[in-house]
Amino acid sequence: MTESYLNARTPTTLRPPAPPKRWTKPRVIGHVLVGIWAALIIGLLFYLYTAWNPELIQKYGPTYWSGLKTTIGLVGSSIILGALISIPVALGRMSKNWFASSVAYAYVYFFRGTPLIAQVFLIYYGVGSFKTQLEAVGLWVFFREAWYCALVSFALNTAAYQAEILRGAIRSVSLGQWEGAASLGISKFVTFWKVILPQALIVALRPYGNEVILMIKGSAIVALITVYDLMGYTRLAYSRTFDFQAYLWAAIIYLILVEILRHIWDWMERRITRHLIR
Amino acid sequence: MEGSIGLLGFGEGGWGPSIASGILVTVSLALATLPVGLVIGFFVALGKQSSEPSVKLAANMYTTIFRGLPELLTLFVVYFGAQIGIQKLALLLGYTGNIEINSFIAGMFALGVVFSSYASEVFLSAFRAIPKGQYEGGYAIGLSNGQTMRKVILPQLIRIALPGLANLWMILLKDTALVSAIGLADILRQTGVAARVTKHAFLFFGTACMIYLVLAILSSFVIDAIERRAARSGVKR
Repeated sequence: MTESYLNARTPTTLRPPAPPKRWTKPRVIGHVLVGIWAALIIGLLFYLYTAWNPELIQKYGPTYWSGLKTTIGLVGSSIILGALISIPVALGRMSKNWFASSVAYAYVYFFRGTPLIAQVFLIYYGVGSFKTQLEAVGLWVFFREAWYCALVSFALNTAAYQAEILRGAIRSVSLGQWEGAASLGISKFVTFWKVILPQALIVALRPYGNEVILMIKGSAIVALITVYDLMGYTRLAYSRTFDFQAYLWAAIIYLILVEILRHIWDWMERRITRHLIR
Repeated sequence: MEGSIGLLGFGEGGWGPSIASGILVTVSLALATLPVGLVIGFFVALGKQSSEPSVKLAANMYTTIFRGLPELLTLFVVYFGAQIGIQKLALLLGYTGNIEINSFIAGMFALGVVFSSYASEVFLSAFRAIPKGQYEGGYAIGLSNGQTMRKVILPQLIRIALPGLANLWMILLKDTALVSAIGLADILRQTGVAARVTKHAFLFFGTACMIYLVLAILSSFVIDAIERRAARSGVKR
């Protein structure tokens, strides 16, 4: 009786599966890394707390605010101006005319192939070489101001990038859309305006957002040509106080600005692609 | 016209030698930054596609921060921050002398960090383009995790990521111009000095732009060659 009972317990009884490991290697690494980030952020907050100086904030806080407004104003107006310039450039890039397309290509290649900071310096310091000619045309008053020089170079620069975005987006709309509209007897202009552009802009939205963010970040270099944007006032505050928190506050403000923009863009993308979600 | 050739030349009163040394600094800075950025970027991408949420969070924080900050600000924060940090550390150890941070190292570090956060996105999308079967095939023939990564995934990954990385190299080349702001004698700094001394600003900054353009064209040749080479080892279609 006992023997048969023992025999019934076959040796094939399976071990229960091992409980899942609680602390795998990636998990440990991940927690350490997050811990380092948390420590850095707490360290930063602690530093800003201990270094909190009401006098300093009172003195430089308003300048940061006006610097932020300069940054936003400069980027906003150069993006709009650049968008206007980008239209003929994009048309030139797509044109079958050899001359127009090579001129547009050279324009885009130059502004995308050289550093923005070199372009800003070229315009800001370089216009001095043409002072007499500019005075004759009456443009000297305009180019004497660093802000306008920054605006011109930013607009020319972003126009080159925006032209490529626009071109890529228009190319991405299939030829059948043109043909379909043509078969309905719709004129070319109306086709472009009502059929092609709305579809192209969906494609272009994300690159445009990236371009705006790149411009916001790139605009920090105007501080080097005496424009007092956010970075400019940051440098001023640092050079007067030698207090490192000047740079940390600027970093926080830039981060917040970029994150806000990114979320606005995500929202816009969700909004205009509603009809594509099935 | 003759005067400007003399100014740019290598003869007496010519700024050729100093501009040439600037080119050397710019190119070596970009070349020194590239491996740093690539390696960090690769590991951040690995972290981003990890199934472990904490690793993902850490990697995403890295890219959010360094893609959100202006490059110039990152540069200043690294340059001045490291200076203050090391000075305080030295003070703790009992050293009271003045410590200067090498602007080349600071530039390399700051640009490498920025480069890596963009590179991680390129690597991530390349990772996503590689089908799961490639990993499974690797494991099926008995390769370890690391071996599969090295011998199966990485060769394909590099081929897919090349165009994106080439783009980032062009951006890096242009971003090196920012280090002139922390006093490194690169192309822009050297031409700037020449412009201030000779009062021919348009000529010298125009030259700087042209040099950057030539560097971009030269690198596009090299990139084309690398891409052809990478395509050769790929599957013929």
